[in-house]
Formats: sequence, structure tokens, C-alpha cells
Amino acid sequence: MRNIEALNNPFGDAKVISNCSIFGMMDRTGRRFSGRDISRAIANMHDRGNGLGGGLAVYGIYPEFADHYALHIMFTSAQGRKATEAILAANFQISRDEDLPTQPTAEIVNPPLVLRYFVKPTHSRLEGLSEDDFVVRKVMEINTSVEDSFVFSSGKNMGVFKGVGFPEQIAHYFCLEDYEGYLWTAHGRFPTNSQAWWGGAHPFSLLDWTVVHNGEISSYGINRRYLEMFGYHCTMHTDTEVITYAVDLLMRKQGLPVEIFADIVSAKLWTDIDRMDPESRQLRSALRQVYGSMLLNGPFSVIIAHEGEMIGLTDRVRLRPMVAAAAGPMLFLSSEEAAIRLVSPEVDRIWVPQGGEPVVGRLECTSEAPKSDQPLAA
Amino acid sequence: MNERNNGRRAVRIDATGLYYRDLNQLVREAISGGARRIELEGVMGQRYIGTNVYECPDLGDVEIHIHGVPGNDLGAFLNGPRIVVYGSAQDGCGNTMNAGEIVVHGRAGDIAGFSARGGRILVRESAGYRVGIHMKEYGPHKPVLVIGGSTQDFLGEYMAGGVIIVLGLGIDGPHRAALVGTGMHGGAIYIRGEFDRDRVGKEVGIVDPDAADMAEVEEHVRAYTDNFGGSAEEIIAGPFSKLYPKHLRPYGRLYAY
Repeated sequence: MRNIEALNNPFGDAKVISNCSIFGMMDRTGRRFSGRDISRAIANMHDRGNGLGGGLAVYGIYPEFADHYALHIMFTSAQGRKATEAILAANFQISRDEDLPTQPTAEIVNPPLVLRYFVKPTHSRLEGLSEDDFVVRKVMEINTSVEDSFVFSSGKNMGVFKGVGFPEQIAHYFCLEDYEGYLWTAHGRFPTNSQAWWGGAHPFSLLDWTVVHNGEISSYGINRRYLEMFGYHCTMHTDTEVITYAVDLLMRKQGLPVEIFADIVSAKLWTDIDRMDPESRQLRSALRQVYGSMLLNGPFSVIIAHEGEMIGLTDRVRLRPMVAAAAGPMLFLSSEEAAIRLVSPEVDRIWVPQGGEPVVGRLECTSEAPKSDQPLAA
Repeated sequence: MNERNNGRRAVRIDATGLYYRDLNQLVREAISGGARRIELEGVMGQRYIGTNVYECPDLGDVEIHIHGVPGNDLGAFLNGPRIVVYGSAQDGCGNTMNAGEIVVHGRAGDIAGFSARGGRILVRESAGYRVGIHMKEYGPHKPVLVIGGSTQDFLGEYMAGGVIIVLGLGIDGPHRAALVGTGMHGGAIYIRGEFDRDRVGKEVGIVDPDAADMAEVEEHVRAYTDNFGGSAEEIIAGPFSKLYPKHLRPYGRLYAY
């Protein structure tokens, strides 16, 4: 999709400033539930966005194709679809392809065609790459070199639904009440200096990792140059893209635990590091020296998700809001408390995380068969 | 629904599902129509409650009781009414308030008391980041902010006037807030209990409060216990520390040759 620049950033700005709404909810027992509640929750923060981008990510959505990569791909022309499908046919075995179901939604205008493909890499094409790295390479290929095509998501047993509109409108448009997952994240966008387009909405995704983001990454240029050394090409000029690739590089490829990831991107201030015990000081100093270019400077709060895990994180001085709550097996993360109380009036604990300290929810039991939907306030 | 309540005309409004503009318009119409006690039920994230009533008469008699979770900027530019929240307040509670009182039976979010220039905010539990940022005072107009628990970092950032009192009730160990009073150049912060004196802003001095200081603290601690219960005497027993600005113009010399 070579023309992203013209579509998304007509004024050539170096960064995009946002002030958005984010929400995440996860059942740590793996029970799957519909998109109804997260749609209500994100709609409750309607005024944080301006209708120029909304989206949701959901995990546990395709159990019948759990071993396939589920590609959600949008097309704005028949030629784009044809070119992308040629790449897919040459590199993957496609078990099923179909339009994403939609329903007429008054506020959603000129939607692109969005399809999903359940695929497995063709082994003879891997050339020594892992299946994950192969999928990443093909996603990058489609997104950077094929006109009028854009991959929303490319993970297993998960999917991203997004577009131009308020998030509750996007949820309605894509019939998300009809899906069930154990982990949902959502985003309402407030882009202030970029033109909205369907691919530029959050969540941003690579494989099964997704990021929804409220804030602005002032260090975008430094982060981008560092990530380019590892083959990540930032094409969208939106700062959230570097967070997505930072997550992929540090947590998926380098296998760093989330606590270390947080210490890199929301690094402690040197004045705080100086006051730590010698062992902590040595670790934090080494992280700042080795990964100085991965420090995410500027205000942000993000919800990062991948299979079995949801992570909330803010910048080190908490310049964007985040509230967390636990209610039985449910974990909630939100820009505002009211959105949590709307869908879960009773909670066991509600708190505001310290800046730079991650809140992590993990599946407690992945072997258990998925249960049917139950009311949250059980 | 209108009714007489202790001789004060009371109005109950069900806020469930109402857009904030519509809700605030109903509140304004009720007060303009003579209501002196507004009960809001089912509030869930609606912003700017209490803001748009500034030109109604006799605001000092008005009480707004909120059941649920009011949205950001509760009581922004508040000019006289008393707001009571039976739950938590989100970010920006009391933003630039001028007069009146906000009583929160829960916790408050970030930047509570932001740029306040008068009135009083009482928070039963803790509050978030940058509480009391750039509060200010002039003559008799002196905002007061009382936090029952503790706060997060940058308490009293760029503070130019007024009083912040942090009681440390129910917290586990010392206060965690760092960089308290960064950029402070007016007003006073009273902290009850232990905190890390090495992590306050570099513009801040720390002393033991004198008798006049403690008289001021006591007045507001009594307001706190009147609203939320507890023993004022036990709280006043302290120990309190007073944080004050070492200079009224901390950066004046930075730009002068």
C-alpha cells in the first residue's frame, strides 16, 4: 500500500498527536464472552475520540481454526485484492476465505472490503524462517508494496476489526456482538493532525500482538531509526506503529519479560536509578545504555495484548490516564473509571497504576474448554 | 420529580444514559427554577457537572448530590455550589474552581484541584498524579484541598497558592509520591506521616508547622471528619510536615543576567 503517506499524512507532519480512549477486558479463566460489554464501555468514553478511528481486537475468536493464521485484510480496489491474493496463493495454503460479516451502520460511510483468510505457510517457501517470521515478512510485503491492500491482523485465533468511525459504530458494523473471545481491547481515536483512514485506526497489530494507544511518542524518530536496523519499516507515520514493532522486537523476538520491557520503554529516571540497591541499579543502568533508543518518550498509556496476556502500561511520569480493576476472574484496563463501572458495577479492587509499572493479566488455565457467556456481575 | 426537603426544594434527576450536555442542561434548569438540592442518580462518566450553572442566583445554597461515577472535570469553574459524590471522581475534579465545595466519598483521579482559585475539595481516599497542580490564591480567595489517603507523584506541581493537606489515612507505609512541589512558588502543603524528604522538588523547603499553621490544618481536618467520620484529634496529633516554596520566583534568576 504505497500511497499511505498521501492518504494519512497530507501535511507531511513528523508525528501524529492523539488523545484517545482505550479499554481492555479479559477473563483470566479463558471464558469467552461477546463484544457487547466492551462496545458499551468504549462508547461511554465517546467524547475522548472524534469519530476518525475506532477499532477492537479480540482473542479466542476462531477456535475452529486455532492452528491457522487468521489474516484480516482490507481492500480499496479489485486490483489490490487480486495482487494480494496472488501473494497469498503463492505462499500459503488457504483453508477458507470469506468476507467479514457486516451490517448497515448509518455513520459508516464508504467502507472498504474486508476479508479474512485462514492460512498456513507453504513449507517449501519458508527458506529457513520460522512460520511467525515468514508471516511477518509477507505482511510487511503486502503493506509496503501492494496498492490498495492493508493487513489489519495476522495472528492465530484472534482478529482486529477497525475503521473510520467511533469504536461503537465499528463494533456494530462488524457485528461484534456475534463473536466471543476471552480478551478484548478497544480504541477510540482523536487524530489531530492526520487524515483518517481505515488502516490507520487502532489496534495496530503484527502476528497476534496488538497495541491500542492514547498519547504521543515524542521519540518517534529515534525509535524508528533503531527499529529499521532490525528490518521494521515504519510506513504509516503514526507513532503507535513504533510501539507495535518495539513489542515485537523486544518481547516476541528477544523474549524479554514484560517487566524488563517496561523498564526499557518507560525507563526509570536516572535520579531514581541512583537511589536503588546496587543490583537493581546495575540492571536499570544496563537497560538504559543498551536500549536507550527504545525509550518511549512523551505521554502515553497503552494496552498491549497477545495470546493469553493483556498488559497495561503508561509512560514513567503518567502523562496519560489508566485505571485498572479486578472483579473475580475479570481484569479491566480503561482510560476512565466510569467505563469499567458501567459494565462491572461491583469490583474487588480498583486502582491507578504507578507510571511505568505494568499491569499484567494472564490466562490462569488454558487447557480448560471454553465456557459459554455468563453475566459479568456473577 | 420535585419535592420539599427540609424546606429546600429538591429535584431528582435520573442520569442513566443521558449525554453530558443534556444532563447539565437539566441541572441548570432545575437550579434556575429554584431547586436547591439536586439528586443525580445513575451518573456514569458525564463530564463538567456543576460547571454551567455559574450565572444562576444564590449558588451558595445549592447542593448537587451525585450517585455513581461523575466524569472528568467535575465542578470545573465551580462558583458556589456544594457537590457531594457518593463514589469516585475522575480526572480534573475541581478544575479552576472558584468557590464552593466538592466532597468525594471515594478517590479522586489525576490533577484534582487543577488551577483552583478558591473553594474546598475533600477527598476521603487517595488521589492520582499532579494533584493541586498550579493552585493559586489572591487576598481572601484561597483554595483548600484535603486528601484522606495519599497521592501519586508531582503533588502540588507549580503550586502558586492555597493549601493542600494529605492525611495519610489507611495507607501502607510511607507516602510514595515523588517530586512533590516541583516548581512550587506559593502556598503550602501539609503532609501527615512519613515521606521521602530527598525526593521532593528542589524548590521546596520542609519545616515543622507552627501553631498558626496547625490551626489552619485543624479547621480543614474537622471538615474532613465531619463529612467522613473518624477522630479529628487523632489526625491532628500528626506528625505533620509543612512544605513551602523557598522562593516566590524560582526561575527569576535563571533568565536574568
